[in-house]
Amino acid sequence: MSRRVVVTGLGVLAPGGIGVKAFWELLCEGRTATRRITFFDASPFRSQVAAEIDFDPEAAGLGPQEVRRMDRAAQLAVVATRQAVADSGIEPAGLDPARTGVSLGSAVGATMSLDQEYRVVSDGGRDWLVDHRYAVPHLYGHFVPSSFAAEVAWQVGAEGPAAVISTGCTSGLDAVGHGAELIGEGSADVVIAGATDAPISPITVACFDAVKATTPRNDDPEHASRPFDASRNGFVLGEGAAVFVLEELQHARARGARVYAEIAGYATRSNAFHMTGLRPDGVEMAEAIRVALDRARLDPRDVDYVNAHGSGTKQNDRHETAAFKRSLGEHARRVPISSIKSMVGHSLGAIGSIELAASMLAMTHHVVPPTANLHEPDPECDLDYVPLVARPHHTDTVLSVGSGFGGFQSAVVLARPDRDAA
Amino acid sequence: MNRVVVTGLGVVAPNGLGAAAYWDNTLAGRGGIGPVRRFDATGYPATLAGEVPGFAAEEHLPGRLLPQTDHMTRLALVAADWALADAGLAADAGTDLSIGVVTASSSGGFEFGQRELQNLWAKGGEHVSAYQSFAWFYAVNTGQISIRHGLRGPSGVVVSDQAGGLDAVGQARRQIRQGARAVVSGGVDGSLCPWGWAAQLSTGRLSTATDPARAYLPFDEAADGHVYGEGGAILVLEDAAAARRRGARSYGEVAGYGAAFDPRPGSGRPPALRRAVEAALADAGATPGEVDVVFADGAAVPELDDAEAAALAAVFGPYGVPVTAPKTMTGRLSSGAGGLDLAAALLSMRDAVVPPTTNVVPAPRHALDLVGSPRALPVRTALVLARGAGGFNSAVLLRAG
Repeated sequence: MSRRVVVTGLGVLAPGGIGVKAFWELLCEGRTATRRITFFDASPFRSQVAAEIDFDPEAAGLGPQEVRRMDRAAQLAVVATRQAVADSGIEPAGLDPARTGVSLGSAVGATMSLDQEYRVVSDGGRDWLVDHRYAVPHLYGHFVPSSFAAEVAWQVGAEGPAAVISTGCTSGLDAVGHGAELIGEGSADVVIAGATDAPISPITVACFDAVKATTPRNDDPEHASRPFDASRNGFVLGEGAAVFVLEELQHARARGARVYAEIAGYATRSNAFHMTGLRPDGVEMAEAIRVALDRARLDPRDVDYVNAHGSGTKQNDRHETAAFKRSLGEHARRVPISSIKSMVGHSLGAIGSIELAASMLAMTHHVVPPTANLHEPDPECDLDYVPLVARPHHTDTVLSVGSGFGGFQSAVVLARPDRDAA
Repeated sequence: MNRVVVTGLGVVAPNGLGAAAYWDNTLAGRGGIGPVRRFDATGYPATLAGEVPGFAAEEHLPGRLLPQTDHMTRLALVAADWALADAGLAADAGTDLSIGVVTASSSGGFEFGQRELQNLWAKGGEHVSAYQSFAWFYAVNTGQISIRHGLRGPSGVVVSDQAGGLDAVGQARRQIRQGARAVVSGGVDGSLCPWGWAAQLSTGRLSTATDPARAYLPFDEAADGHVYGEGGAILVLEDAAAARRRGARSYGEVAGYGAAFDPRPGSGRPPALRRAVEAALADAGATPGEVDVVFADGAAVPELDDAEAAALAAVFGPYGVPVTAPKTMTGRLSSGAGGLDLAAALLSMRDAVVPPTTNVVPAPRHALDLVGSPRALPVRTALVLARGAGGFNSAVLLRAG
């Protein structure tokens, strides 16, 4: 791939704060944004904690009709898009529409709206033959989340390739990887790429309860997300969006844009094992890491920081630790590794992009965010997970990984575009 | 850049279960649209659909898969079984990370989802199935196909409404060009349940006709919405050199792909379908004159038919290329449509015959050479189009070889 792809704009809406500044402060202070669910009465459920955003869509700049038309996940994506475009310094009117694309990740689409609309049209689950006349007029847009990509495209007038990438919990990495591919192959010069999910709704909480994937640590919500800790017992559901302006390197340089990072390598593999289970050996994630580094023409020893999937389920943290050892060799024991899910929860398809944003900020500030709530590591998780406190650390190259339902294992490598000259 | 060919087809269509039945019925002009049978639709404004006939999942799939899968995932699994068998391709168990799965999805397993939503709201959260977390989400077909066949290569899921089936194939081709040996692609979709029906009705684009022969009439003066259908096709895409080495038959090459998004509503700018077509042609290094047939999107909404006919006239000239839309026999299959039209186009190449667009008398204003009955024609190059709600436009150019 001769055309190189860089990130020139960032937008983040994550639990604990709207915008990049609030997000980074939360991470650097090691604070957690997990709490008892406030969106609905969660008392009947096994897991009653979540990482919610205090988000008022009209205060964030959306009009009343936009609010009515869009599911919360779309709203988060649109606001993050506006932040990213403003941050990049690009004037949308100056973009070539045909050369501008959209690649947006979402695992579960408009779950909140679908849950609420279903309840109404079925009259509380009474009727199998639902009454469609009670549904919102934009119900189809909630069913098919490509409507989210359309909303984002309309924000910037993009008329190039556009799609939603929906690979479960790796969507946020895969959407950025796909966006980079569009630029790399020459189908676009600028791609608005990122991911969003807003799944904190009774149906989501119930379905993760049913497989005991989420934590039942309801008496201590602030410390409920405990990746790599011996006492971890499931993830904390979250929500959020992160959106990036991706640009072809020369396109960015020609306008003197600030560059956060190059999307230097990306790869994904499937474990073909189980829809929710993981084989402990981590072979497929290790392969994704190996190929992503290879595409970036980097060696495992070049990796300065690993942003882990670190969901806080027993099987994930061991699987991932094995994958790091398999792919990075001895370097796995030296490189700092952390999971920001300990602070902002697991926002399913969105988290991969939110973690990429954290990774880019780590490169900007040369600070590695910590893994909060990590007091006593699982003996099988024996790497340096940066417990509790952020760490100043020279960071030029980051590996960010994800793993999810359906068996997807993805890896993105971020680097500085001028690394060859150094 | 390495060439990518199709070496296997698996078809689950409203007018035929299996590629052979689908193709026989399609050439004979036998449609699969009729009154909805899977739920009582008589109280709704639209009552017709394309349902896959004669599908008994337990005849094809192990019992343990049935409680955890939606109807449309079962269709997808069977289509993938057939496509891989047709290609004669299997993963080397446990060691092979070179075969992936990239499918399109629009609605996930929403019939399954409706049942679980009912359990949640009528009985309580503890009654929601342990399978709900993955049975309804958009990645379910890719995940289940990869597990069933041990396919551990690069995989993905594309959502772009009805354009998705072609976008998935475009993405699968990218993965092969980056080193995958083969990718199982295409799409099978369907949410024929009252909850899915409510969503379809909200578009205002479902035909309310009750006569299956008069309900879905793209490019006709009487075009007044479409019929929704379930099903689609799964295709095995393979690196051409790898396919040749193992002596596999090629149905044809995925020679070009292009995608473009429509301008923001109200902007006054031209729709993007023409650019998608031109991108696919340029990608393949083909001229419009080489194209032997176009498989149209065929929205059957007057302004969308106008836009498609205008794009075709702009690229090929008025009446400049034979155009067909055999989906008049199946209904619009959402993200299943692109794969099924690709299958039809590849079978047209094999048999040198273009399938018909049934029931339609094309409006003169469209200036289309619409194929109304099977037309014997050597097909070396075929263009397949698809559009998704919201403004997604995609085009794939297939070449013999």
